[in-house]
Amino acid sequence: MTATATELEALTAAKVIDARGAACPGPLLEAKKGMGTVPVGSLLEIWSTDPGTKSDIGAWSGKVGHDFLGTLAADGYDRVFVIRGK
Amino acid sequence: MNDSLSIVLFSGTADKLHAAATLAAGAAAMDRPVNILLQYWALDAFRANRIDGDLGLAFDAGAPGTSTPVKGPGSIPWLDTFRMAKEFGEVSILACSGSLDVLGLDVTTLDPLVDDSGGIATFLLAAEGGQLLFI
Repeated sequence: MTATATELEALTAAKVIDARGAACPGPLLEAKKGMGTVPVGSLLEIWSTDPGTKSDIGAWSGKVGHDFLGTLAADGYDRVFVIRGK
Repeated sequence: MNDSLSIVLFSGTADKLHAAATLAAGAAAMDRPVNILLQYWALDAFRANRIDGDLGLAFDAGAPGTSTPVKGPGSIPWLDTFRMAKEFGEVSILACSGSLDVLGLDVTTLDPLVDDSGGIATFLLAAEGGQLLFI
């Protein structure tokens, strides 16, 4: 279930993971680590400057059972939104 | 369905070890069991007294006109990537007993990341039904 840009702009994450500057697979591993620290149903936001992250998080979410909402482009980095599914 | 990823890791240069570590970590992050078999130069790289060193680049890197890797501060060293992969998921690292023999190495001289030594059938049995790569 992907959200629109407007919907994403309006969200406040339970936790923001700043993985900017980290190269692949850094942001994915940070997301996995961070996911373990928030309750099921919470929104996690990952900031990344690595171009592969948005597709990686999407693929990972699908495989592992989280809800990938989408990505917003910020100033020089991506903001990726995922809800912890289980 | 068996979604395990098995890697026969033969190469001992930092670039190939980094590539293997990334695959292992990615698979582990996706909850896929990972089996790694260390042979020859990868096995040699996992020696406790070598593993932290500069293991250089593969022969391909020397070809005229190839790009020079820019090691940015954001890239994680391959060793740390393997450690993280083990932290996150089921990653088993087996030292090939044949290669230990050929190189005259003892399994106890390897980094603790290595779980055990074993023969080819042990590894192939674990790899059965999943995906298998040679690096």
